Formats: sequence, structure tokens, C-alpha cells
Amino acid sequence: MKLKALIIGLVLVALTAVACAEEDEAPPPAPAAAPAAPAATPTPAEPQKLVVMTHDSFDIGEEVIREFEEANNATVLIQKAGDAGEALVRAILEKGNPSADLLYGVDNTYLGRGLDEEIFLPYQSPALSNVPAQFILDSTYHVTPVDYAYVNLNYDKAYLEKNDLQPPATLEELTEDKWKDRLVVENPASSSPGLAFLIATVAYFGEDDEYDYLDFWADLRANGLLVKDGWSAAYYTDFSQHGGDRPLVVSYATSPAAEVFFSEGKHTVPPTGNVLVDRATFLQIEGIGILKGTAKVDLAQKFIDFALGISFQEDFPDKMFVYPVNSKAQTPDFFKFAQVPTLPADISPATIGEKREQWIDAWTRAVLR
Amino acid sequence: MTAGRLLLLAPLVYLGLFFLYPLAAILQRSLVGDAGLDLASFRSVLGDPYYLGRIWFTIWQALVSTLLALALGLPAAYLFARYEFPGKVFLKALTTVPFVMPTIVVAMGFVALFGSQGLLNTSLMDLFGLDTPPIRITNTLTIILMAHAFYNYAIVVRIVSALWSNLDPHLEETARMLGAGRLRTFGKVTLPLLLPAIASSALLAFAFSFTSFGVVLILGGAQFATLEVTIYELTAKLFRLPLAGALSVVQIVFTYLFLLLYVRLQERSAVRLDLKPQSATVRQRNRMGDRVFIAAMILALFVILSPLMALVERAFSSGDGYSLAHFARLFSNEQGSYFYVSPARIMLNSLRFALATVAVSLVVGTIVAYFLSRPGRRGKGVFDALFMLPLGVSAVTLGFGFILALNRPPLDLRGSWVILVIAHSLVAYPFVIRSLLPVLRGLPPNLREAAAVLGASAARVFIFIDVPIIARALMVGATFAFAVSMGEFGASLLLVRPDFTTMPIAIFRFLGQPGGANLGQALAMSSLLMAVVALGFIVIERFRYRNVGEF
Repeated sequence: MKLKALIIGLVLVALTAVACAEEDEAPPPAPAAAPAAPAATPTPAEPQKLVVMTHDSFDIGEEVIREFEEANNATVLIQKAGDAGEALVRAILEKGNPSADLLYGVDNTYLGRGLDEEIFLPYQSPALSNVPAQFILDSTYHVTPVDYAYVNLNYDKAYLEKNDLQPPATLEELTEDKWKDRLVVENPASSSPGLAFLIATVAYFGEDDEYDYLDFWADLRANGLLVKDGWSAAYYTDFSQHGGDRPLVVSYATSPAAEVFFSEGKHTVPPTGNVLVDRATFLQIEGIGILKGTAKVDLAQKFIDFALGISFQEDFPDKMFVYPVNSKAQTPDFFKFAQVPTLPADISPATIGEKREQWIDAWTRAVLR
Repeated sequence: MTAGRLLLLAPLVYLGLFFLYPLAAILQRSLVGDAGLDLASFRSVLGDPYYLGRIWFTIWQALVSTLLALALGLPAAYLFARYEFPGKVFLKALTTVPFVMPTIVVAMGFVALFGSQGLLNTSLMDLFGLDTPPIRITNTLTIILMAHAFYNYAIVVRIVSALWSNLDPHLEETARMLGAGRLRTFGKVTLPLLLPAIASSALLAFAFSFTSFGVVLILGGAQFATLEVTIYELTAKLFRLPLAGALSVVQIVFTYLFLLLYVRLQERSAVRLDLKPQSATVRQRNRMGDRVFIAAMILALFVILSPLMALVERAFSSGDGYSLAHFARLFSNEQGSYFYVSPARIMLNSLRFALATVAVSLVVGTIVAYFLSRPGRRGKGVFDALFMLPLGVSAVTLGFGFILALNRPPLDLRGSWVILVIAHSLVAYPFVIRSLLPVLRGLPPNLREAAAVLGASAARVFIFIDVPIIARALMVGATFAFAVSMGEFGASLLLVRPDFTTMPIAIFRFLGQPGGANLGQALAMSSLLMAVVALGFIVIERFRYRNVGEF
């Protein structure tokens, strides 16, 4: 009977779906089920479970995590909760009843929010002794720096060559006719590099000068500026390196190196370059903090020590294209294609925390309205 | 309380627990301060031309999307309703593929085809020896309108053709014999009969575009931000929860009013239909005109699919020729990443969540649709609109609502796969309701009455009378529930464990890093997503019983 088959089919489908998903509930690295051990033999304590919440872009080696688990009799679960902004808001909404023990990925553009909301427990890791003072983003040690990167403009070498253009030497130059319709940036209200670049222009042009950052952005707008919502859309639909028609994009100083690393052997030198203008690049420092309400403070502190250690610090650069804050950690060979800006924008996390929304509002009025 | 009423409790509890309660939790957190309800944020939202502009643009773009989808979808719906031709099931599956694809992938497809370095331009430049690309439509209204139509086309094709294929053609033939012209017959006979299905599909297309993050935004730039995007910015980036809450309320109220209006209109347009099996309604394709029509419609379908085909082409090309290199890369964890998940596992995850979503949505949607289709009882419209409301609520608002509401035992669902299925099915079951309702309302009561008089129990009447007739509409609902879940990405903030990674999430991860290999893998994964969903649609389509015909 066909009808019966249909109904049975539907039920089976439902059951399979549920059963399959049920499987996932089991902890992945299930240790061989130990038979109920006789009370006499002391069994090692059950591993403690540590949950680290982070954003979509975070990446780390499996081996490194195993190393921590073995050394501390722990199992680590790293969960991704949307982008950096979403993960932080989530941690704030869960204040007091966190679903994770640590939050990785608060940077110096959003640090103030995390501190104001008092979601972190302070911890001054002894491993900070290897971290240069310039990276200590939080002097109260609620958030410990782990990695850093620089946000600046990238240019498409082939496009510039074909159109007989030299990479821009200053930011002011971008308002000239030769760069008309050639720049794409990310919206600072929705994108981390977009916000970082806005802050860099604030630091560079000033807020109350005769020609301030808003004048600059108004001129960019008049010169055919394109604003995209996020980095992926700007980089993969508008940047000419990947099929778009604009040769200048806001990205990271390590992106050209990543272009070589991920070119599948096609490029031996970067196909893109960095526009490094003194005081107009942004040093983005990212950190980790222990979430208030966790029952595993000790283990969480050990994880922070571990995150500053050599094996962790040397593992993530070729996965996230960011630099380790530990001065003893080596970066991979292809990082030679990345450039380190000599003089990034000079602006404190406190000033950023105080004025961030004000700048974004003013920017939105000047550029989007 | 009758058994029927009791059954209705299930969807009510589901809606209350997983939609109204989380929504109330986040709105309370956002809007209620120490001094009670804070109305200032409403004033700042409704008094600010910027936010009013966002609201207006959201409505405007959703309306245009809907109209374009109708214009493009109705002829295709006729094709699939009234003609048999080789490859029909396959082509019908293809119509629904665009609906599933993540917006950024679609945008990349349009750029790959129509961009200044796109296939079209480079071919034209080669062909005519041009120095500059002749077609310049990226970041213009043209490409935005094209993308709009691209997305919702499937909704119209599927839902309208499901009803159209069962409409008795004798009505039209009679009209023609009585001397009505083709156009007049369509306007006076066919259109009124189809109206419930057209309205259903228009509603879904509108609601979907209304809360869409928007391919418009990605193709057109940040000035095309919708309400959904603005709510996301206010919540996740600016952390102005009161403003985000106020905008969410505006979004919800507007959606609800719109739904109520729609429900009223639909109640009025309900017509009793004499539904026939498709085998009795199908047209022969002997005439020249018929063949030209079929060919033109299939050509149009391929034009619509061309941006995706351009991406598939890029997924297979590496260096100077074609290869499987990007696909092969998906299978290796070269960097030893903790987050690496094999493509097989990712596909399986997506399929599992989708199947669970289909199961939940069919149960919830069918019960609600039955309740709504029963005659009598004023005030049903209120319920109808309420059950459709999840379609009109911002994903980021609801996501954070889940986090606030479902965070303590016994309902601590954070980090559980269940929360993903719930999030998916909230957007999916409205499709089941809207697919079923036009058919259920057209169901002739005499069949059921006859069966009941002959002594059949309510359950037997349902299984032997109703199910065969509504099976086709059920399949349409299942198709969209499947599609919604396969393409869903908005729930990613609900703590995704590495082993829960789905195909759209994997695509976004690849697109989060620079470099050709990442782009290549994103395209390879997108191609796999297209293949998996097309296959899924075909399987669903085949899932029917032959002896009762293709209802």
C-alpha cells in the first residue's frame, strides 16, 4: 500500500533525523568506555570540560588543543558564536550565567564595551612577561592580549599596472580624480576592519582640524566611494583581484601574504600590495578574558597562560594571518610578504571606547545618508 | 475539548515556547529599563529620517521583489502545471536552487557573470576586440532588480503550479467555447481560481524579502541597508539594544498588520474548487505555439540560473584549465585545524538538520493549516497571522532572544543541535501552512461527508480522503522546509560547535579569509550545496504515490 509507505517513510525520516542528531550529543573524543572500576583502584579524575566562546574567524591547530587537554586533564570545546560583535553581545546577555568559560576575540575597538559591562574576571598571567608593553590593551588585566594585526588599504598590482597608476602615497590622494570609483571600504557600523579604518582616519585627520576626518570622508563619497557591509563582500565581489572592478580595498597588512600562501602555487610574490601611510594604519589587538560566573577559574587561567605560550602563539599565524604577541614566538616563513607598518595610528582604547559610537554616527551621516 | 482542539495545543505550545517567549525576553531586556517601559527609543526611531528611510526602503524593495518574482514565476508555473516534457522533474528542482544559496554566493555569481571582469564582458571584449567592458551594471539598480527576481522566483513557481496543475481545464474550455478570448478567459476564470495560491506565494516572497539581509545590500552597497541589517548593526555592533528593540517592534507590528490584511483578502478570495489529478489537466504539446512556449520558458530558467552556473564554472577552473583541485582541497586538513570538518560530515549535518526541520515543519504546519481551513469561527485570521509572524521577525533579535530565554534547565538549549532545528523550523513551517491552505480550502466537503456517513473514523477520513488530495501541497511545503533549512545561516550566533558546521556556514568561513584557495573552496562547497539541494528536491518530488495521481 503506497499510502502506508508514505506515512512510514515520513516517520522514518523524522526518526533518522532525530537519531542522527542525537549522536552528536556524545562528546566527540569518547575515551574507551571504562567498565565500572573496582573501588580499590584509584581512577584518574574525570577530565574537566572547558568551553571557549569565540568568533567565526578564529582558528587554531587541533594538535595544540590536544596538548593543553593532555597537560591539564581537560577537554576543550571551542564554540563559535557569530562574528566578533555577536559573540561579545552574547557574552554580555549571558552575564552571570555564561555558556562558556572564556571569550576569545575582544579587540581594542570593542574592549570598552566588555569592560563597562563587567563580564570578565581579572587575571594577570605570568606569561605576559614575554609580551611587549605596547600590546597590553587593558591595564586592569580583564582582557589579556593574544594576537594583533594591522588594518590598511590593499591594492591590486595588476590593475594598477594596466591602468598606469602608482599606489597612493597618502590618504588625501584618494580624493583625487584618478582614484574615482576605485575604492571600496567596509561599513564601520557592521564590520571590524571597517571600524578600524574609520578610527585610523580619525587619528590621522583629527576631529576638529580645519580638514577633519568627516571632510575627508565627504570627499571620498563625492569621489565615488563604495561602502560594503562586510569584508567578505568587499573583498570577493568588488576588489578587482577577485573579479570586482575596484583596485583599492580596506583589508589587512597580512592579506598580500595570505594571497601567496593560498594561491595554490600560482603566486610567488603577492599579487596585491599594502598602502602604508604613517599614522593611518590601525593596530588591532585581540584578547581573551575569563567570563564571570564560570566555575573553572583555575583551568581558564591555565588556558590563558597556554594561549600566550610558544606552541599556541606559533600555531595560529598561518591560520588567522595575525601576529603573535609573544615576542619569543616565530612567524611562518611566508609572513615575509606581509609588511609591518612602522607608525600605526596613535589612539588609546579608552578614547575609542568613549567616542566609537559618536564617530560611527557622524560617519553614517556623512557617507550613507 | 475535542481531540482536534487538543492536537492544536502542540503548535501553540511550540510557538509560545520557542517564539513568543524568546521574543518577549529580548524585547523586555531591550526596552524595559529601571523606570519601566522606555518609549524614548520609539520616539528616536520614528522621529529619525534615517530609520524611516530604512523602513521605507525595506517595504519598497520587498514589494518590487515580490512583483518581479510574480512576473517571472507565473509563466513558469503554467509551464510546470500544464505540460509534460522530458527532464521536467530535474528542471523543476533547478528552479528552487537559487532560493537556497547564501546571498554573498549569489552576489558573487552575478559579479562572475556580469562584472567588468565577468564571463559576459570578457567574452564580448574578446569577440569584438574591445578595450573596456561593454556591460557595466554592477552596483546599479538593474543588477539589484535582477537579483531580486532571482531569489523569489521559486516560491511563485512552486506554490502556484501546485494549484494550477489540479485546476479543472474544462472551466477554461467552457469559457472559450462560449466565446471568451484567451485573455478574458485567463482574467475572468483562471486568475480568480488561482488567486489563493498567487496570494500565498506573494505573501511568502514579500515576507522573505522583508526580513532579508539582502542580496541588494551585497550587490548595491551599504546605502541599501534593510531594517534587518539595521537591527543587526544596532544589536551586534553598536549595542544599542533599546533602539534595536524599538525597530524590531516596528518590524513585527508592520508584518503583523500586513499579515492580517492579507488574511482578510484571502478569506474573501477563497473559492471551492473541483480539483482534478494532474493527468487530467495536462496539455498536449503538439501545437507549434506550445513548443515555442516550452522552449522559451526553459531558456528563461537557464538565464535565471546563469549566475550560479558561472560560479560552478569557476569552482572547476584552476590555473589555465579545469580540474577538481578545489574540491579535493575540501577533503584535506592541510593546516591541521581544530575546526576542520570533512565535507561529507558537513553535508550530512546540513541534511540532518534539514530532515529534522522538514519533520517538525510538516507536523506543525499541517495541524495549523487544518485548523485554519475549517469553516466558521471568526477571529481565525488573528491566529493565521500570528503563526506566520516568525517569518517577519529579525533573525538576530530572535537569536539573542533564544539566548536569554532558553538558558536554564530544563530548557537550557544553548549549544544543543535542537536549538538550530527550532530556529530553522520557525522560518520553515509557514511555508507548509501557505502551501496547504489553498488546497485545503478548496477541498470539496462532500467527499469527507460521504466517507463519514459510510462509517469512516476521522483518522481514516484524513488518511484516505485528505492525504491523497493534499499530498502534492505537502510536498511543496516539504520542499521549502528543506530549502529554508539547507540555506539558513542567520542562526550561526547560536553557538555553533565545530561538529555542527553546515554547508552555508562552511562557505562563509572560507570567504572570511583572503586568497584564491579559500575562494575556490567556497565555490566548490557552493557547487556541492547546489547539487545536494537539487538532488533533495528531486527525491521529494519523486516521493508520491502513483495510483492517486499527481495531486
